[in-house]
Amino acid sequence: CVICGNAWRHEVMKWNGWGYSDSRFLFNKKGQAEFTGKRYKLSGMILPALKDWFEGTFGASLQHKSPATPLLNTSAVQAPTLNQDFVEELKSIGVPFSHEAEDRAFRGHGHCLHEIFALREGKIGRVPDMVVWPNCHNDVEKIVALACKHNVCLIPYGGGTSVSSALECPPEETRSIVSLDTSQMNRILWIDEKNLTAHVEAGIIGQDLERLLNESGYCTGHEPDSMEFSSLGGWVSTRASGMKKNIYGNIEDLVVHIKMVTPQGVIEKSCQGPRMSTGPDIHHFILGSEGTLGVVTEVTMKIRPVPEYQKYGSVVFPNFEQGVACLREVAKQRCAPASIRLMDNEQFMFGHALKPQVSSIFTSFLDGLKKFYITKFKGFDPSRLCVATLLFEGNREKVLQHEKQVYDIAAKFGGLAAGEDNGQRGYMLTFVIAYLRDLGMDYYVIAESFETSVPWDRVLDVCRNVKARVVRECKDKGVQFSPLSSCRVTQTYDAGACVYFYFAFNYRGLSDPVHVYEQVEHAAREEILANGGSLSHHHGVGKLRKEWMRETVSEVGVGMLQSVKDYVDPKNIFGNRNLL
Amino acid sequence: MKASDRDLRGMKDDEFVDILEERRCSSDLGHAFRTFNPQPYKGGPPCSAADLNKALLDSHFLHRVVKEVAMETGSSQEKVMEEAGEILVEMSHNLHLPFIRLMGYTFSKVIKRLFTSIFVNMDGLNTLQQAVQENPVILMPNHRSYVDFLIISYILFTYDIPVPVIAAGVPLAEMKIVGEILRRSGAFFIRRSIGSDKLYWAVLSEYVRGIVRHGFAPVEFYVEGLRSRTLKSLTPKLGMMQMVLEPYFKGEVFDITLVPISISYDRVLEESLLARELLGVPKPKESTAGLLKASRVLQEDYGSMQVNFGQPLSVRKLCEGKINRSYYNLVPRDLPMKPSAEALACVSWLAHVVVGLQERGSLISPWSLMACLLIQEPTTVLAEQGLLWDDLTEKTLWLRKMVLDFGARLNWPGEAPNSAVMSSAISLHRSIVYLKAGRVYLTQEEVPLRRHRISPEEGVFRTAVPVLMLAAYRNQSLHALVRPAMLAMSICITRSTQRDELFRFFCFLQEVFANEFIFIPGNLSQDFEEACLCLNSCGAVYISEQEVRVSEQSSEVITFLQKLLQPFIDSYQLIFRCVCEEEQVQVFTEKQFLAAVRALALKLILSGELHTYETLSSDTQKNVLSALCRLEAVAKLRTSEINEFKVNKAAVRRITDALCGKIPPQMLQAPPDARL
Repeated sequence: CVICGNAWRHEVMKWNGWGYSDSRFLFNKKGQAEFTGKRYKLSGMILPALKDWFEGTFGASLQHKSPATPLLNTSAVQAPTLNQDFVEELKSIGVPFSHEAEDRAFRGHGHCLHEIFALREGKIGRVPDMVVWPNCHNDVEKIVALACKHNVCLIPYGGGTSVSSALECPPEETRSIVSLDTSQMNRILWIDEKNLTAHVEAGIIGQDLERLLNESGYCTGHEPDSMEFSSLGGWVSTRASGMKKNIYGNIEDLVVHIKMVTPQGVIEKSCQGPRMSTGPDIHHFILGSEGTLGVVTEVTMKIRPVPEYQKYGSVVFPNFEQGVACLREVAKQRCAPASIRLMDNEQFMFGHALKPQVSSIFTSFLDGLKKFYITKFKGFDPSRLCVATLLFEGNREKVLQHEKQVYDIAAKFGGLAAGEDNGQRGYMLTFVIAYLRDLGMDYYVIAESFETSVPWDRVLDVCRNVKARVVRECKDKGVQFSPLSSCRVTQTYDAGACVYFYFAFNYRGLSDPVHVYEQVEHAAREEILANGGSLSHHHGVGKLRKEWMRETVSEVGVGMLQSVKDYVDPKNIFGNRNLL
Repeated sequence: MKASDRDLRGMKDDEFVDILEERRCSSDLGHAFRTFNPQPYKGGPPCSAADLNKALLDSHFLHRVVKEVAMETGSSQEKVMEEAGEILVEMSHNLHLPFIRLMGYTFSKVIKRLFTSIFVNMDGLNTLQQAVQENPVILMPNHRSYVDFLIISYILFTYDIPVPVIAAGVPLAEMKIVGEILRRSGAFFIRRSIGSDKLYWAVLSEYVRGIVRHGFAPVEFYVEGLRSRTLKSLTPKLGMMQMVLEPYFKGEVFDITLVPISISYDRVLEESLLARELLGVPKPKESTAGLLKASRVLQEDYGSMQVNFGQPLSVRKLCEGKINRSYYNLVPRDLPMKPSAEALACVSWLAHVVVGLQERGSLISPWSLMACLLIQEPTTVLAEQGLLWDDLTEKTLWLRKMVLDFGARLNWPGEAPNSAVMSSAISLHRSIVYLKAGRVYLTQEEVPLRRHRISPEEGVFRTAVPVLMLAAYRNQSLHALVRPAMLAMSICITRSTQRDELFRFFCFLQEVFANEFIFIPGNLSQDFEEACLCLNSCGAVYISEQEVRVSEQSSEVITFLQKLLQPFIDSYQLIFRCVCEEEQVQVFTEKQFLAAVRALALKLILSGELHTYETLSSDTQKNVLSALCRLEAVAKLRTSEINEFKVNKAAVRRITDALCGKIPPQMLQAPPDARL
């Protein structure tokens, strides 16, 4: 594994932004945007349209920079509060650990805007007092036992991609906080080809898991947008959802067996039966427990043979309403491709701004023709049209058949096929979009995304009202420039859909931009809930959305969860205070 | 205009423009055929009236109700659906630009003849123009005359703003030709008594919601429900209000914009008709022939008309913290559902807020101020000796200063000398009073020649007509005076200086007179505070933490304000007495009640015991009855076919005693909801 060595992880990764250190957007001397590095398809490319879009959309200017503090000032990190007895015993069992400022600061945050914003300003809040790197399930058992014995607070750490403030250390915590980094537990322990399952250590990172399984001709098919960095254990404890869940299912459909170490001991099932009627499924206490009950150490997951054929596609709709109607029909006929996503007009425009420099006159001519065909010949209003991106997978013949079925449905809703390229670019963008936030932050633009799930009959209402609410709140809170407020439908279900929102604004002139942003996000969540959307589809609750848990799962529901916590972890060893 | 002149006119900084000025110097035909190209609503693609109707008939909501109705009545679904279609045909508008043009042309001709000027506030129109692009807009004018009906459409057409669809009563639709013209000018028609007709409710509510949801056009309706015969605001009706707001409650639109519109008249076309109706001459049925006959009213001068477009209100902002929209989360969107109690309270509150803003936006005319003073004179004096013109003018100027201190909006022409303003007001209203030899007299209809003498009762009614007209014009100012007047009345009746005691009585008065004067529910303390500040601003009282003390030198203000409300107190007391009088009678019908009150009032006016003619007004009488029901001193019997009422005499006597200060008032209702 390349990136998960303990001491040098943060040499490959940014300490105050998203992803790899070598990959970032910047405006070069000519004022053109480019994406550095070699890792992505977009790497090394010039994006000529991005500057105009960026300046036009946000009223930002390349003249007004807000650069980040370049290096972590280790003296800004508080000296660790160590529990000496715990440290001594830890040494005796031989588990590696560190109390270096860099290691601790790196594991004290996720990727919420306020977390990254503070880091860029060089502000470091409460961070773990030490980091431990268990190597296997047994190590974890020992660490948890020691933590109980010495009353130390443990916070499990997987890929660090949380967007719910789940990794933030509770400021009121007075005990020594130990970050339990699972990155060394990254092996596939066995593959069972008869049952098509794989037994994997929970610290493995998504892309490593897929790559290693691919070598044996398999895949899990679980591809959350964060899969380059997020870990299996993290997926389990947040109830993650993958892009291709239509074929492979969400994490709760994929796991067959989970092993978790809790202060009360290890919890696991005794067999790998595909379904059981043995009271409430104990897996569901673990799935979504957000590190409050224990550490997930090993997981048995379903695997599938790598698909023979993949095909991207895209459809342009005259407006968002038609697009949603089409997705609804696709869900009704239960013929959703591996992935189907519908972007609204703002995101469609944004996607265009990210088109790399076209290499030949012929392609640009072709683009011109397409645009002419759609807007003039078909009469689509460029300020209303929107696009759906598609990904089909499977046996070649069936894919083609499936593709035809979906395009036929789309046509009924005024959709026009818009090519494979647009589709493929759409999916590639999901991996680079997180890097773009860092670019924005270099120029006074802050951005965040949030998601929800909602019944079909409210999808349009939620989209419209939340977008409008964001705009109105920004205006009311004194944001000087009109914000970007955009959404897309990213998953379809029988009874509803998952909707993803993006918002971003230029914060020049605001004295406390993060506070404004938090108020806007809070208002947007209230709007979602008032319109029948859920608190979260897959990001989880963490500490960011805790205040709404009671109204979300009812008083009794909260009591149930609390009583489980009280039994499993009476001393609150897993004291990250997420969820409840 | 100098700043001080502006202040005296009380029009504040709003730019009021006379829209007739341009009509008088350019062609009406040109106006009617002007390019009409308003900025549309941005929230969705445009749709046609036919699309709306189709969407309604296809809606899951309607189909659910049709199914239910078919089950209940035992007829087939097709049949019920057909019925729904017929209801829709009767109801739906057919907004059509050529007809707007035709209407505009005719309207130009008519209003130029009727009015010398029509003032409209331009900044209000400008904000409206912006608002219609952002959210569905509900135009909510007050209703004082039939002229109100198309004036808004006319103004919006003139200023390139989408013309509204307007809720109207079915009787208007039944008028030959006119009904069709109205329909094509955007009117949609609602039956007067819908009762429990489930299918009708379903079609109507879904129809209205559909218009709002699609942002098809601004929706105009009268939240007071009816034309006010007394020129006073009426208790808002909530049915329509609830229908237009529901799309917001359900999250089907991001926000809804309410625009209160205040229409004020120097002189109301229907003035004498209204007074007669109040005295018991029934309203003629709307008919085209009747309309043509009424054309003689076109020969007269009605002065100017003012249309004041209020600041657009965001329903979302107003409802913040008042309503939990997730109420609808667990049921299908199109399931017919009773709104939550919270939503109903919010609808009522909003409706009252709008009526309050309509009042505050109204412009008070010089004549209305004069009417406040004239009606305080004993009727016999006014009819026989007359009132000294100089006294009247002096007092009017005094009153003008006072209402300006109270923050009212006034429409006092700044260009002419004050005396000319007042005498032209008198001559505009010669149907009520006339000026002769330095004195002002009440105008009375001449006795037909062939009749030698009239009975005393007839005499009373003859006098009552101009007096009730006078009262109506007084009512145009009441909204600005009622709060301080209630405080003044509290001071006079309780003879207390204690703030809390006064507040208690003030609340009691609001409660008793809730049908006469519109107050926003839950706003008692603010109303009381405002009353104190008003009286303080004109030097009538000193206020401190605990006390409200009358200053010796300006008892004039207190006396005036007390006398302003006295007719209401007198009428209510008399009717209370009437209800309690007859020994055995416990149960009566509304008809019996009205007859008994009228007989008693007539008798006491003739004997000189009752000084106000307003007791004769059926409006007052009905208000008292509903006040008694509200205060639970009278109960409506649900069992009987005809409306019967049962009286609790002890309770009525308690209110009577409290109202004259014999016993302290109890809070008669539960304290208002703190959230409202």
